[in-house]
Amino acid sequence: MGSALEQDRQDGMIPPVRGRAAAETPALRIAGLSHSYGARPALKDVALTLYPGDFTILLGLNGAGKTTLFSLVTRLYAHRSGSIAIFGAAIDKDPATALSRIGVVFQQSTLDLELTVEQNLRYHSALHGVPRRRTEARIAAEIARVDLANRRRDKARQLSGGQRRRVEIARALLHDPKLLLLDEPTVGLDVEGRQFLLDHVRKLCRDDGIGVLWATHLIDEIDADSRVIILHQGKIMAEGTVPEILAATGSATIREAFDAMTRRSERAP
Amino acid sequence: MTTISLDEEATAPKLRLTPRHHARALEGIVWREWLRFLGQRGRFFSALVRPLVWLGIFAAGFRFTLGVSIIPPYETYIPYEIYVAPGLAAMIQLFNGMQSSLSMVYDREMGSMRVLLTSPLPRWYLLAAKLLAGVVVSVLQVYAFLAIALLWEVEPPLWGYLAVLPALILSGMMLGALGLLLSSTIRQLENFAGVMNFVIFPMFFASSALYPLWRVQEADLWLWYICEINPFTHATELIRFALYGQISWTALAVVVVCLLLFMTLAVIGYDPARGMIARRGGAE
Repeated sequence: MGSALEQDRQDGMIPPVRGRAAAETPALRIAGLSHSYGARPALKDVALTLYPGDFTILLGLNGAGKTTLFSLVTRLYAHRSGSIAIFGAAIDKDPATALSRIGVVFQQSTLDLELTVEQNLRYHSALHGVPRRRTEARIAAEIARVDLANRRRDKARQLSGGQRRRVEIARALLHDPKLLLLDEPTVGLDVEGRQFLLDHVRKLCRDDGIGVLWATHLIDEIDADSRVIILHQGKIMAEGTVPEILAATGSATIREAFDAMTRRSERAP
Repeated sequence: MTTISLDEEATAPKLRLTPRHHARALEGIVWREWLRFLGQRGRFFSALVRPLVWLGIFAAGFRFTLGVSIIPPYETYIPYEIYVAPGLAAMIQLFNGMQSSLSMVYDREMGSMRVLLTSPLPRWYLLAAKLLAGVVVSVLQVYAFLAIALLWEVEPPLWGYLAVLPALILSGMMLGALGLLLSSTIRQLENFAGVMNFVIFPMFFASSALYPLWRVQEADLWLWYICEINPFTHATELIRFALYGQISWTALAVVVVCLLLFMTLAVIGYDPARGMIARRGGAE
């Protein structure tokens, strides 16, 4: 999956992650996006571009607008200004094409706890029109990748929080999307569970060339080679690799940069 | 790169939604509802108790105070139990329709709604499929009720049981669509007690389910008008006539028109650009 591109990268034809060939279509491209709930603005003129294989962390405090952004990209609500395109398909003009390329893990768990793991996965697969035979193969592959093959027939209720998250990631990938959106996927997980998710998703980026937008309010999920977008009160305050952001803000650490940008009393945990 | 417009960079092939994709999704949605039903058999049977209490206790007491004259589709004098049975079948559907539609927006269910709505299929189709899946379960419940009602000598002609199926599907869809419409527009109705008081009881009592409308007309003309415009009256009559192998064209027309109307409004309510979800805001 994405192997031709990956091969090119390894061959040095395309520099890894940034400095793209102009021909490459962004996995996600947002421009001039604003949104408000009544009089309360939630997003102000947001623009971002994410390429296949990018692992981008969307860092922001609770209420910064992360979930709103996710809701707009998945067309739970329609945007009234700006544009959102997934692999070139505009979410408002061609939602079917756009949605078929997105895998999403919402902040709150969306598994049906009364159903088994594989029943949950089959349901999702049917919604995305994956043919029945292929569904079984895809489920086997994805569930093995998150190391839960032996829990297939267990009810989702019987799984731990971390395991449920892993099932949700497996589910989000069943229809082979090339853009994966995760909204605070590690909330409520222990250290081990968080690390598993981070490692797994980074691997997806690396091996399958999936573009990932990972929303979080936890600064320690950022590692040195992450690309980071800092969202505060609906506005993008900074965007770039960790060294770029540090250089631009003259800070020693991302936490310092983040605190400087978001100022005042609110401190990220 | 930044100067390239979105249209120009639309290199990805357009997804064509095939009939097969539609069928797969419908199958998946109905199948999930079925699994949930199997997992909650206890609730299924406890929901059957409600109409049986009406039939076994209320109807037994009420039969002596209410004489039912010969009215279509019945050809003879009938005991009250026989009169009230179709109304109770419709009541099962009313409860089911409200319950399943409203449960979609309860917080614990909002998650599964998100999963549903991120499918590439058009939203109206997903909502209709969801309604239909709910109707499958409510139709089973009605048949279970009719089977038990044989004990009270509610014995419609055999092929009436078949003829009532389309009537049940239509009225179930209509009542489910009404629930969906309410869930998409009225926030206060998010707890079921409110729905009972403001929707289910008024609709049930101001209808032909418990008493023939000519009796209501004698008692109170205004109440009669209300009963006449109540879609639940027409759902009841559609079921009543179908159960005896007849078609009430008025009831059929009202049910179909209401179904289309409620469904259209509900789809508007769930339209991402308008309606409830956008106004209500995110989980933040």
